[in-house]
Amino acid sequence: MTHRLLRAQGGVSLKTLNVSVVTPDGPALEGSYEMVSVRAESGELGILPGHIPLVAPLTISAVRLKKDGQTDYLAVSGGFVEVRPEQVTILAQAAEQPSEIDVDRAKRAKERAEQRLNLAKSEDIDHRRAELALQRAVNRIDISENR
Amino acid sequence: MASLRDIKNRINSTKSTQKITSAMEMVSASKLNKAEQNAKKFVPYMEKIQEVVASIAGGNTGADHPMLQSRPVKKTGYIVITSDRGLAGPYNSNVLRALYQKVQKEHSSKDEYTVLPIGKIGREFCKKNGLPIVKDVTGLPDQPDFAEIKEIASYAVKLFADGEIDELHIFYNHFISAISQEVTQKKVLPLTDIDTEGKNLTSYEYEPEEEEILKTLLPQYAESIVYGALLDGKASEHASRMTAMRSATDNAGELIDDLTLSYNRARQAAITQEISEISAGAAALE
Repeated sequence: MTHRLLRAQGGVSLKTLNVSVVTPDGPALEGSYEMVSVRAESGELGILPGHIPLVAPLTISAVRLKKDGQTDYLAVSGGFVEVRPEQVTILAQAAEQPSEIDVDRAKRAKERAEQRLNLAKSEDIDHRRAELALQRAVNRIDISENR
Repeated sequence: MASLRDIKNRINSTKSTQKITSAMEMVSASKLNKAEQNAKKFVPYMEKIQEVVASIAGGNTGADHPMLQSRPVKKTGYIVITSDRGLAGPYNSNVLRALYQKVQKEHSSKDEYTVLPIGKIGREFCKKNGLPIVKDVTGLPDQPDFAEIKEIASYAVKLFADGEIDELHIFYNHFISAISQEVTQKKVLPLTDIDTEGKNLTSYEYEPEEEEILKTLLPQYAESIVYGALLDGKASEHASRMTAMRSATDNAGELIDDLTLSYNRARQAAITQEISEISAGAAALE
C-alpha cells in the first residue's frame, strides 16, 4: 500500500519493491518491501529497488523481507528469484511463512531424513534425496523457531 | 409378465441407485469447483516460469542445454493421466485409446517406448495390453499438491537427462468446460517449441551463468508442465464424472417411470383377473 501511495503523491517510484512469491500450489506472498535478501546458490544477495534485471537460483533457505524496520521471513525450497527494477518474483516449489510451518511435521521429516542418511550411505540417489529433505526440514524448523 | 413383487423390488433398487448417482454428481460438482480453483492458482507460477525460460532460451545468449535440443529418437516416454476410480464416463477410455493408437502407429517394438501411467486405470490398462511401464503413480488425492507429482515428474525428466528416453509426451484430458473435455497430447521434452513471441522478454543478468541456471530451471519447467497437465486432468475427471452421473441419474428416472407403468399395469391385470374370477364364481352358483 505504501508503495502505491508514494507513487500517487509524488511520483517517487523506486522506494519499494513489489515482491510476489509464487508456487505451483498458488501465490504464497504478495506485498511491497524496502529490501529483499535471498541466499542464491552463488551467495547472499541483497536486493534494493532499482536493481538490474537478474535471475538466480536459490538454495533451500530463508528469504528476508524488510519493511519499516521490520523483517518478515519466508521459508523457500527449490526456487528462483527473478529481479526487475521494481519487481521481485520468487518462483519456488514450496514457500511458507513462519506461521504456516508445521513444526512437528518438519521435525518428523528431519528424523526420517537423518535415519535414511545413516542407512543409505551407499546409494547416492537416495542419499541426495535424504539430504535435501533434511535441509528443507532444518530450514523450516530454524525459521519457525527463530521468529 | 414379471410378478408384482419383482417389479416393486426393481423399482426400489433403481431408486436407491439413483440416490447414489445423484449424490455422486453433487460431490463431483463440488470437487470440480475446487479443481478449477487449483488450476487457476497454478497459472501465475506457470506464466512466470515460462517467461523466464523464454527469456533465457529465446535470447541470443548462446545458452544451450540438452533439454532444448532434439536428438534422434530411439525411445519415447509417455506419461498418461487417468483416474484411480471408474464411473467417469469416457474420461479414461478416450485418453487410453489415444495413447494406444499412437503407440500402435509409431512403434513397431516394445523397446521403442515406455509408459509412465498416473492413476490405477491407466496402470491396469497398460498391464492388460502389454505396454511396458517404468514407473507409475496411483492414489493421488482429488486436490493434488505439487509435492505428490514431483516424484514421477522428476523421474521422467531424469530418464530424459540420462538418455534413457529421447522424447517425453504427455496424454491427458484438457478441461474446456463442465460438459466438454478434449484428449490432448503434448510434447514435454525436449523443449523445442518455447513460445517467445508476444512476450516482453527482458534481458537478465545471470547469477551464476546461463547454463547453470538452465540446468536447474529447465527440469523445474518440465515438471511444472506435468503438474499443470495433472491439474487440468483432475478438473476434467470431475467434470466427466459429474456428467456421467447426471445422465445415470436421468436414466434411472426414466427406468423408474417405465417400471412404475408396468407395475400399475400388472396390478390392474391382477385386479381384473380377481374380479372376473369372483363374478365367474357367482355366475356358477346361480
